[in-house]
Amino acid sequence: MREETSLALLISIAVILAPLSIASIGGATAIYAPLQHEVVDLRQWITGREFLDLFAICRFTPGPSSLLGALIAFKVAGLLGALVAMVALYLPSSMLCYSVSRVWATHKGKPWHTAVERGLTPVAAGLILAGVLALFQLSGGDLLTGAVMVAVAGMLTWKRKMHPFPLLIGGAIAYEASYLLGYLNYAAT
Amino acid sequence: MTEAAVKQPGSAAPAEPKIPVTYTAVYSVFFWIGLFSFGGGLMPWIQREIVIKRGWMRDEDFLPGVAMAQILPGVNSTNMAVYVGRHLLGVSGAAAAIIGILTGPFVIMLVAAYSYKAILGVPALHAAMAGVAAAAIGMLLRMGVLAVGTTGKGVLPIVVMISVFLAIGVMKWPLVPVVLVAVPLSVLIAWPWGRKSGGDVDA
Repeated sequence: MREETSLALLISIAVILAPLSIASIGGATAIYAPLQHEVVDLRQWITGREFLDLFAICRFTPGPSSLLGALIAFKVAGLLGALVAMVALYLPSSMLCYSVSRVWATHKGKPWHTAVERGLTPVAAGLILAGVLALFQLSGGDLLTGAVMVAVAGMLTWKRKMHPFPLLIGGAIAYEASYLLGYLNYAAT
Repeated sequence: MTEAAVKQPGSAAPAEPKIPVTYTAVYSVFFWIGLFSFGGGLMPWIQREIVIKRGWMRDEDFLPGVAMAQILPGVNSTNMAVYVGRHLLGVSGAAAAIIGILTGPFVIMLVAAYSYKAILGVPALHAAMAGVAAAAIGMLLRMGVLAVGTTGKGVLPIVVMISVFLAIGVMKWPLVPVVLVAVPLSVLIAWPWGRKSGGDVDA
């Protein structure tokens, strides 16, 4: 519906997404609500239904969920819009991460560095396990998901260097078989 | 700083790298990881490619990055790409890693934008994607179990770990306040009390 990809449009894409890059604390899901508010309610670039469709695409294609911002920009402003969106989405948070890890590396070996390093490890472990639980619940929290998870974790314990491909494909086969046998229901949208 | 380490991988990674660290190598590792990143849980894969298989980093250098990538704003996997890329080859390494991890998803997203009605109409495809996601969570579970083993001596780090898990995973409390309390507390626990600086801090 928009033929001209004006500079103003590209700027507003950047202006919307760049703050979300820094605001997305705790993963990309934090940006859904503000993004929806901006592009559907305020600017009316897309409808609520289109937003949900694009959200579903992002769930079923690889990559971080915040790619939704780039997908919306692509719909509104074409390839150039999508590229502007990518820079706005990932450059600010990357620059922050770069600066912090650079400072981190230059102080290596100092006693406080070792203490922070050791202090971060239990926090990381807790966050990883919390992530496992959150993703498990997001995926429905069913027996099949649990079984695939435990099987994959077990395989990796047995063969530490095992390549992820067979594991991921094995998961896909288990689900596909359950679907074909009628144990899973996926309504076509 | 680390820019000087290009094609001298020995100075970039303490362990003997099995594969030389170059921009192309870094880009392609993250390209393949990004291409198959369904449903989160990329950290164990990055760990496998960077630490276990290639020996470019040690676990002690890698794991603080995992915490950092999750605590800092932004996407965990892109933050981790920046962290690892910077560690290996400085600013250009960080750029190679993050562009690598995003190339595949970006291109696929553009293709999907044209064909999404068809994709969403195939339930069998949903099932396969859900299966891939479940396997990825399993990889994360394994990494979590391993990370539990590296939490350090004593009961207190375990308490910190369980508290963080309960606060974020079970109580669904917001990340920022939890981390602002847990990290300083955990660092205090790990602080080398009573030992003068320069002692056996890295025992």
